[in-house]
Amino acid sequence: MIVGKIDNGIVIDHIPAGKGMELFTDLKLDKLDCHVVLIKNADSKKHAKKDIIKVNETLDLNYDILGFIDPNITVNIIKNGEVIEKVCPTVPEVLVNLIFCKNPRCITTTEQELPHEFRLTDRENGIYRCIYCETKAESV
Amino acid sequence: MRHLISILDLSKEEIDQLIDTANDIIEFPEKYAEICKGKKLATLFFEPSTRTRLSFEAAMYELGGNVLGFSEAGSSSTAKGESVSDTIKVVSGYADVIVMRHPKEGAPLVASMKTSKPIINAGDGGHNHPTQTLADLITIKREKGHFEGLTIGLCGDLKFGRTVHSLVEALSRYENVHFVMISPNELRMPDYVKQDILKHGNVTFEETTDLEAVLGKLDILYMTRVQRERFFNEADYIRLKDSYILTPKKLELAKEDMRILHPLPRVNEISVAVDDDPRASYFRQTLYGKYIRMALILMLMGVSL
Repeated sequence: MIVGKIDNGIVIDHIPAGKGMELFTDLKLDKLDCHVVLIKNADSKKHAKKDIIKVNETLDLNYDILGFIDPNITVNIIKNGEVIEKVCPTVPEVLVNLIFCKNPRCITTTEQELPHEFRLTDRENGIYRCIYCETKAESV
Repeated sequence: MRHLISILDLSKEEIDQLIDTANDIIEFPEKYAEICKGKKLATLFFEPSTRTRLSFEAAMYELGGNVLGFSEAGSSSTAKGESVSDTIKVVSGYADVIVMRHPKEGAPLVASMKTSKPIINAGDGGHNHPTQTLADLITIKREKGHFEGLTIGLCGDLKFGRTVHSLVEALSRYENVHFVMISPNELRMPDYVKQDILKHGNVTFEETTDLEAVLGKLDILYMTRVQRERFFNEADYIRLKDSYILTPKKLELAKEDMRILHPLPRVNEISVAVDDDPRASYFRQTLYGKYIRMALILMLMGVSL
């Protein structure tokens, strides 16, 4: 399967296989009017498979989401057919309103307009916990 | 502004200082009888509680202060749909220190973000209950003399029992403490306590379903009640509520100097016949709880001694 090069835009590479669609939704790429391609299960040298997203337009990405899903994701920024910048997201210390607490006993379920805030409590294992009830974050 | 939301808001040194102050209050109560004259403590209990609320009220009265508040959400503006944030902003104008119990986990933290008055967490759902932990700690210190090297048995509902989570957090900071967690499989200690607190702190622990098999090696047996209000399913509550009942017969297996603690209220998990055993510390624990709450009020209000 061949997907052509893009002249101006971004390539989100090394997405863990199976996470591409989740990222596509979280980054709200479905709202864009330009060409967007999601490639699932592409061959990978590092891992057996990976997902890739290509967007034929430059845009501001939320790198916290990328860092939360996997800090090994890379973002290539393309201009005139050349990679002009390669960005590696860092693991964010705090996530605000990116993920939501699923504990039905958490104060966030009843208190109006309270930001859903998660803090990185275990960097080694990438574990985030709700600052209010300490429930572990499951996914975006 | 200092608040007490989690027991980890206090350093080991501050806990020692609170215990020292409480011991001084026990010995010289007259020194403290008017120390909070003209000060007000608000007790905001959005969830029913008898002993914690009465303990705080007695503590403030014995310091010479006054108390205002409510004892259930139905008699507060919450019943009309008011948020925790708004309630706290209003009450902050009426009181010098605010004690709060709420069924939602994290509610006291939200309160502390909205006020310039000290907030004391008196229990938030199944999450934290730091002043119960202070009562537990002063009881262990007074009855065993130290924390280091103790083997602590935690028995009953270790999943929803907020008192045991806070106690584990507090005791994990002392050298060579070993935990024995005794519970039915459905009510085991949550992973976040085992992973974040015990394994990260290199604290040793073991898990078992058999109380009698481990009773002989315990220095402290911390009993808990299986709480009906923590279950969404009545059938699960009924199936698990009588899992462990401590009787004089079982106590024959325990050390002579073991101490039995319980956050109370008790339902039937400790037989009444155990109450006269010198190892039963749970009623003394409630009394010590009042004195350490007095010490805490003084600390958070910045009252100089």
